[in-house]
Amino acid sequence: MTALAYGVAAWLLVVGIAGVVTSRNLIHLVVCMSVVQASTYVLLLGIGYRSGAKAPVFADIPTGTRVVDPVVQALTLTDVVVEATVIALLLAIAVQAHKRFGTLDPDRLGAIRG
Amino acid sequence: MDLAPLALVVPLLAAAALAAVASHVRRAVADVVTVLAAAASTVLCALLLADAGSGTVVEWFGGWEPRDGVAIGISFAVDEIGAALAVFVAVLATAAAIFSSRYLEADEPYLHVLLLVFLAGMLGFCLAGDVFTMFVFFELMSVAAFALAGYKIDQSEAIEGSLNFAITNTIGSFLLLSGIALTYGRTGALNLAQIGEALATQPADGLVVVAFALIASGFLVKAAIVPFHFWLADAYAVALTPACLLFGGAMSELGLYGVGRTYFAAFSAAFESHQAELRAVLIGVGALTAVVGAVMCVQQDHLKRMLAFATVAYMGVFLIGMGTLSAEGVAGTAVYVLGDGCAKAGLFACVGIVQHRCRGISELRLRGRGRDLAGTAALFALGGLLLASLPPFGTFLGKSMLGAALRAEGYGWAIAVIVLASVLTGAAVLRAAGRVFGGWGARPEHPPATEEEGAEREVERGAAARTPAVMWVPAVLLIAGGVAAGVWPGLADAALGAAEAFTDRAGYSAAVLEGAAVAPPPAHASSPPWFDYLIGVGSAACALGVAALALFAPRPRSRAAAELGAVVSRCGAGLRALHSGRIGDYVAWLLAGFTALGGLFGLALT
Amino acid sequence: MSRRARFVLFAISAVGAAGLLAWAFAGLPEFGDYQGRYGRIVAASAVPDRSATEAVAVTVFDYRALDTLGEEFILFVSVFGVLALLRIHRGERERGRAVGEGRRGPGPSESLRLAGRLLVAPVLLLGIYIVSHGHLTPGGGFQGGVVLGTAMFLLFLSAGYLAFKRVRPVSVVEAVEAGGAAGFALIGVGGLLLGAVFLENFISPGKSGLLTGGTIPLSNAAVGLEVAGALIMILSEFLDQRLLVRERSR
Repeated sequence: MTALAYGVAAWLLVVGIAGVVTSRNLIHLVVCMSVVQASTYVLLLGIGYRSGAKAPVFADIPTGTRVVDPVVQALTLTDVVVEATVIALLLAIAVQAHKRFGTLDPDRLGAIRG
Repeated sequence: MDLAPLALVVPLLAAAALAAVASHVRRAVADVVTVLAAAASTVLCALLLADAGSGTVVEWFGGWEPRDGVAIGISFAVDEIGAALAVFVAVLATAAAIFSSRYLEADEPYLHVLLLVFLAGMLGFCLAGDVFTMFVFFELMSVAAFALAGYKIDQSEAIEGSLNFAITNTIGSFLLLSGIALTYGRTGALNLAQIGEALATQPADGLVVVAFALIASGFLVKAAIVPFHFWLADAYAVALTPACLLFGGAMSELGLYGVGRTYFAAFSAAFESHQAELRAVLIGVGALTAVVGAVMCVQQDHLKRMLAFATVAYMGVFLIGMGTLSAEGVAGTAVYVLGDGCAKAGLFACVGIVQHRCRGISELRLRGRGRDLAGTAALFALGGLLLASLPPFGTFLGKSMLGAALRAEGYGWAIAVIVLASVLTGAAVLRAAGRVFGGWGARPEHPPATEEEGAEREVERGAAARTPAVMWVPAVLLIAGGVAAGVWPGLADAALGAAEAFTDRAGYSAAVLEGAAVAPPPAHASSPPWFDYLIGVGSAACALGVAALALFAPRPRSRAAAELGAVVSRCGAGLRALHSGRIGDYVAWLLAGFTALGGLFGLALT
Repeated sequence: MSRRARFVLFAISAVGAAGLLAWAFAGLPEFGDYQGRYGRIVAASAVPDRSATEAVAVTVFDYRALDTLGEEFILFVSVFGVLALLRIHRGERERGRAVGEGRRGPGPSESLRLAGRLLVAPVLLLGIYIVSHGHLTPGGGFQGGVVLGTAMFLLFLSAGYLAFKRVRPVSVVEAVEAGGAAGFALIGVGGLLLGAVFLENFISPGKSGLLTGGTIPLSNAAVGLEVAGALIMILSEFLDQRLLVRERSR
């Protein structure tokens, strides 16, 4: 189970970067970036998980019950917001790139050399 | 006195206020507010530096002090190096804010909001004592930087440069976050001092090594170390000049600060027994970066790209300095960063002036068009000499302190690499000065044209006949700062004392977790020996010589010389071809760099 | 580099990176058996310290409030980055017509209009509920803010772009968004002034119910406003671009 949980995180990281490296479309590239983000979420949440524990909300369970780690959930929440905003900015750049270059192929953007 | 949060909050609140009343204020009001906010941050950070002189200033946010040695809140842990870097950043931001007052016909204060938040992000990064807080403010400064790099949306290079910048740096931050997650998994802590305490108890195993490799890779992408450096020239070449001041002067150096801080505060105890091997890896990578940066720098025609590759070269030099893992090395790096940062920012400001007055950015096409700009020419040449570390300038002092540290660790050959980097970068700047302002050099045959040549003027107000004061005053002050750093009394001693505190993990941990901050003992740095002066004058002379060679060299007569020239230019062209501008290549190199770095660390540290 | 060379470089590095990651993950604690003290201390003290039953909200808005301040401003600056990057610059202003005027496209279908109209109010209410109960049950400013932004987007889907534009005057939304961001920072400054420490929770926690948690509900509200405002502004910018492109291509 350990290998599966963390293996998914490693797989997402590698596959996401593979997508970015081989992409032929800027929108596809940005979505591959969000796949790489997902690997960090899985890693964080996987680290904080406790078997048989409840969610860290004490509205209906007494304080002192075994709960999963709330700190990683706070970190993941921050991470989700941060990465979503970066994706928004990347998409804005992609829109402008399409307008300026007429293409969304990252290999054909071609204004810079050397 | 709670100065640290105020230094952070003042630019944030100013940015939010400007945003809220965006369409209703006049441009002049926005300019003044931005300059005042940046100046206020400078003053607050300077006061913080004075406080830090008597021991690391620790501020627990929300009043959450550590319980049983476990930090549950977030702390700012400000020692002298962090505070000095914060002051430096704030000064550059004030210069950028002044420089941008006549910049662009902007209806909305987007530029001002972005600049202020960029400043706040950098300040938070310098002052933080918690690794996740460092990540959040690192992202804050990155996002603002992406927008500032792509600001000139009517130029295609700006779009492409900002895209490359954003994608590579975001992947770097994913690596950083993965490293933070692994560290949390092992130590259960996010506070740097506490991580240090937790990792000190056991020897480093695979997890610690790879976590450090991930964190270092994330920061080194920002610090533009080979092979993570490809994005830098693309981005710096197209960003707005006020943004370039901050990029070239401070942003990449902050990446290296991140590596240094996490190493010395968190990982140094775990890697104690393998320090020599780690030193070898870091100095090797730094040397490679310095050489690649310098070689690319001399081949550039675009003035800002030339300065960008000079930045890469100097980041390599700074990594060599940080890589000595000793207080003397860190002190030398700090002084060198101060001198070089001022020089670089001043040079970017000069290029901005040239762009404004002569409406061009290609060195070959600008040949001779700067003849009336005597003042700018003098500043540019002085900047070139600063890069070539002419004594007694700030860069010379830094290089000499670094040299002493390297000799002490047995890495004398690295000094030759540093000298090579300073000679080549200085020569490139001096050659550009000669060609643009003096009109010297052969007439170009078919210089490449970029879109920026025909672009509209960036600065709208004022005639192009005179350089506006808001442009040349920051340039003069910055270059003067680089010069003065060399002769400022007590700077070397202060830097050494600050570096001793920076590299002392146990002292940092005691200050943060137990509140037992002690004033660092006064240190005395030895003054540069006579042969350093000789090397300094020699490298400046070499830089002038190489520049003259580039401008006035006759065609090679003998076949041997011609063939040598052909081989050299083919190597240079090969290196240039690698910098293709394609994002797929850059990301492939990024992953390769992480794997190589992780492999090297694995071999060195276990 | 050719694409093939690039892929070969990537493939070799990926194998190496996977190996490094596997080596690292071998050192992690067994999945499901995490022992970190930080999390256990937070879980144990959330209710006694703040009377707020949602430990994650207490972490986000109280123990680690500085990270949330930074994160809020990342959202804030990315909105301004999108505004700066998608702004209509001089060239486009001369060439294109004013956005949104001129011919309208075919409107949304009847069922979409009806569904949208029926859903806007409940979704808005849901958003307000999630924001205000963030410190008691799962949810909070970020999640609720996104739901509030979605309610506005439903308005666009059902009533078309012009109605959407009328309901969200740009300056007001900008002010709301900036106000949310500033509000969080000001709560922190309030802690500085009233409790001598920045971001200190200076309102007493109370016993139980909706108004517990001290400043946490206020922070939630500020964040909710900011996220909703940010989402609306980003969506508007992209929609404006779409119309601009459509106008130019006619």
